[in-house]
Amino acid sequence: MEWEIVIGLETHTQLSTESKIFSDSSTRFGAQPNTQANEVDMALPGSLPVLNRGAVERAIQLGLAVGAHIAPRSIFARKNYFYPDLPKNYQISQFEIPVVQGGTISFFVGDEEKTVNLTRAHLEEDAGKSLHENFTGPHGESSTGIDLNRAGTPLLEIVSEPEMRSAAEAVAYARALHGLVVWLGICDGNMQEGSFRCDANVSVRPKGQAEFGTRCEIKNLNSFRFLERAIQYEVRRQIELIEDGGKVVQETRLYDADRDETRSMRTKEDADDYRYFPDPDLPPLVIAPEWIEQVRAGMPELPAAKRARFESELGLTGYDAAQLTMDRSYAAYFEEAALALPQGQAKLAANWVLGELSAALNRDEKTIDESPVKPAALAALIGRIIDGTISNKIARDVFAAMWAGENGGAPDAIIEARGLKQISDTGAIAAMVDEVLAANPAIVAEYHAGKQKAFNSLVGQVMKAAKGKANPQQVNDLLKEKLGTPENG
Amino acid sequence: MPIHSEFDTIAALRGALRDHKVSALEVAESALQAIEANASLNAFLQVDPQLTLDQARAADALLSSGQAPALAGIPIAHKDVFVTRGWRTTAASKMLDGYVSPFDATVVARLQQAGAVSLGKLNCDEFAMGSGNENSAFGPARNPWNPDTVPGGSSGGSAAAVAAGLVQAATGTDTGGSVRQPAALCGVSGIKPTYGTVSRFGMVAFGSSLDQAGPIARNALDLVELLDPMSGFDERDSTSLQSCDGAANQAGRIRNEFDAAAAQHKAAGARPLEGLRIGVPEEFFNEGLADNVAQAVENALKTCESLGARRVGISLPRTRLSIPAYYVIAPAEASSNLSRYDGVRYGHRAQTYTDLADMTSRSRAEGFGPEVRRRILVGTYVLCHGYYDAYYLQAQRVRRMIANDFQQAFAGQCDVIMGPVTPTVAKRIGDNREDPTADWLADIYTLGVSLAGLPAMSIPCGFSADASPLPIGLQIIGNYFREGQLLAIADSFQQATDWHQRKPEQK
Repeated sequence: MEWEIVIGLETHTQLSTESKIFSDSSTRFGAQPNTQANEVDMALPGSLPVLNRGAVERAIQLGLAVGAHIAPRSIFARKNYFYPDLPKNYQISQFEIPVVQGGTISFFVGDEEKTVNLTRAHLEEDAGKSLHENFTGPHGESSTGIDLNRAGTPLLEIVSEPEMRSAAEAVAYARALHGLVVWLGICDGNMQEGSFRCDANVSVRPKGQAEFGTRCEIKNLNSFRFLERAIQYEVRRQIELIEDGGKVVQETRLYDADRDETRSMRTKEDADDYRYFPDPDLPPLVIAPEWIEQVRAGMPELPAAKRARFESELGLTGYDAAQLTMDRSYAAYFEEAALALPQGQAKLAANWVLGELSAALNRDEKTIDESPVKPAALAALIGRIIDGTISNKIARDVFAAMWAGENGGAPDAIIEARGLKQISDTGAIAAMVDEVLAANPAIVAEYHAGKQKAFNSLVGQVMKAAKGKANPQQVNDLLKEKLGTPENG
Repeated sequence: MPIHSEFDTIAALRGALRDHKVSALEVAESALQAIEANASLNAFLQVDPQLTLDQARAADALLSSGQAPALAGIPIAHKDVFVTRGWRTTAASKMLDGYVSPFDATVVARLQQAGAVSLGKLNCDEFAMGSGNENSAFGPARNPWNPDTVPGGSSGGSAAAVAAGLVQAATGTDTGGSVRQPAALCGVSGIKPTYGTVSRFGMVAFGSSLDQAGPIARNALDLVELLDPMSGFDERDSTSLQSCDGAANQAGRIRNEFDAAAAQHKAAGARPLEGLRIGVPEEFFNEGLADNVAQAVENALKTCESLGARRVGISLPRTRLSIPAYYVIAPAEASSNLSRYDGVRYGHRAQTYTDLADMTSRSRAEGFGPEVRRRILVGTYVLCHGYYDAYYLQAQRVRRMIANDFQQAFAGQCDVIMGPVTPTVAKRIGDNREDPTADWLADIYTLGVSLAGLPAMSIPCGFSADASPLPIGLQIIGNYFREGQLLAIADSFQQATDWHQRKPEQK
């Protein structure tokens, strides 16, 4: 049987506010346990939540960026369940009326563009952390420690419709969403620290069947690789289970990266009844149109708009434009380099940013902001290709030297110091061509016999004689001129 | 007799303090002695002479400097659901036995800023759940008029302490009548202001959408002295209001309205309440109302008429529904509010347990008393999937209708509403032990006001004919933000009557 995979993602993005969503303690990561928890975060008697407007503004930004409806009035509810690292033993979240409703995310899977609908995005608070392992109490007994530094950290849970049809699509969606929230600056995107984590709802159904299969939710996937592998494993598990005559049980599962498998955490039967009800400590969140406009005015150009502009104004392909607008720093880098070049040369800048620069960044595990080659320097290098000072091939060597910081990373200085300047003196090239033709009569004969390969070989010989610095176009032209037309060409 | 009890009003005591006829330290010392002498009332859960005397000395310093704020040196005390940095805060629960808050409630801080000297923390029903102060983990407080009877609740210790003259005034909280009802049963005056006018920050939460702090004192004038500085917007409470009908929610609002209304009453001479339309809801005089209470309230209404007011019969048709609506909403909120008491971070933790979940279960089972457990169970039940619509949502609908009924009455029929606070005078301690929900039904006259978020007060209006007479209270209900008006009416009533000046026998 042919199976169709159905995936929906719930993504918890930690919002980049300085302070928590309902208290003024810091959200900084990595502090000593419980040093960033005040009376609200510890749920001391008499403490009350006060909503952080910065968290709301970040939610509005996401809503605007995905073309969603921003609810003029949304409600905070209490999700009641007991857990030691949930200090109030209820989580303040949005249930029936979330702040962001609808919207879409578009992304490329390979060369194919796909758009996924969002269901909603709602504001909520994070829990603290239980430290079960290697934790001993004051008398050396084995204990569970509680760190409430994370408790109350603002989260925006972004829920997609179940519209992804493969692990690759799910990962592409997650990457696009990740790129967007980082682009907007509403989330630092740090997956290792848990700032961006996904729950994947996965089900399978026979191809052509309209209704969904029973789904399982895989919790807390904090890397794109884990997301992909967990879905792949889960899909295999479900298909095998059904093909063996079994039934998928609706449940929550955990992905074990060490064993590369998902394991049952709890089934729907023993799921908590969360007893949601509107939080009487928080009035409805009212967002006036003026507030939305104020937020909009402070937002950067959105990736979709930038992408469209890169295509229409700079003549990039849709694919290149999409790649360059995955990340705001990338886009800014590219744009700065492209604008320093003569009109019509943006494509060259795109090639360099997506090619040589990306490869070097990946190799050295650097972000684009950390690139030793700055956009102006890259543009200067590309400018030397355009004006014929160096060839594309030599430019790669110059780029490597710039990356290494040679001659202060200045392309002209490197070209000068290394003597890489292209030979464009017709007389000098003609002399080398003459020499090569004289030394290789056999190849010349082959050329005249109609072998194109012989021509390339002669070009190679001339370039070798010129130590790669001869202007390739001139070499070509002179060779053709001196060889005359091949006999059966 | 403590020094302060020689003065009828806070204003009089203030005069003596400012004229250095008495010092704040002397006042505080004599109040501490009175509290000790009346320990059998069990009105106080904690007294800390050192903390009190330090505050008194600070008040004396202010008084000597001539810069003393309005309440400098005035002896008060706080219901033990207001968190305090110095004194322990237990909410009268074993769950919080020994708990000390790292911060002060806004109400506590504001009264301290106004110079008031705190004598300590007052007994109440556990987590403010109850109407007799019998649900305290530290034993019942007793009614100074007859120690065998309850002082009412949940702010029983507050009412008892004021009635016994141990303090000049006290703070209380009112979720379904917990200021008005004990004030009535102890023969003192109490007011619950409009929901949102006094900050809930630092109040141990019971029913968040209903909880509101209010003072208890001997008379309306003293209530103004406390309620005015207690009130005001607080950015730490998101349900706290920034403005009240156009007026900024800040200290001075209530006093200004009171002064204006009182001036008007004074100008009207012998008929200070001339033109006032008093709505009397027929549903407040049903078969459950004791004759002696009905008679006392009737006499009070007659007094008001003699002062110029006009009586208007009105109907609050959903009065009976306020009981089920309240006993769904308040427990629902309480079940969630009290979830934080799990033995993990503070408070009672069971000695033995098998795992984390067991630790929480046992700690809660041991730490909470039976009434609190009962309400948590009710609240958990009504919020459960499948029951939520039938109970919680339905109760919220009823709540809106009740609020509308009041608005209809205020829209054209009357300016204030008057009636009884309680169906009977104080019951004997232990009377309702067999039927814990009997107390719930006795809240019928106070719950509607709480559900609607309206201001209301209770002032003494008579006594039972018992061998040791028990006080009876008159409830005065106003429209939103009309605290000043209510207090001025109460003051005019008290100028014409002496019920509020009667005192139980002193030890």
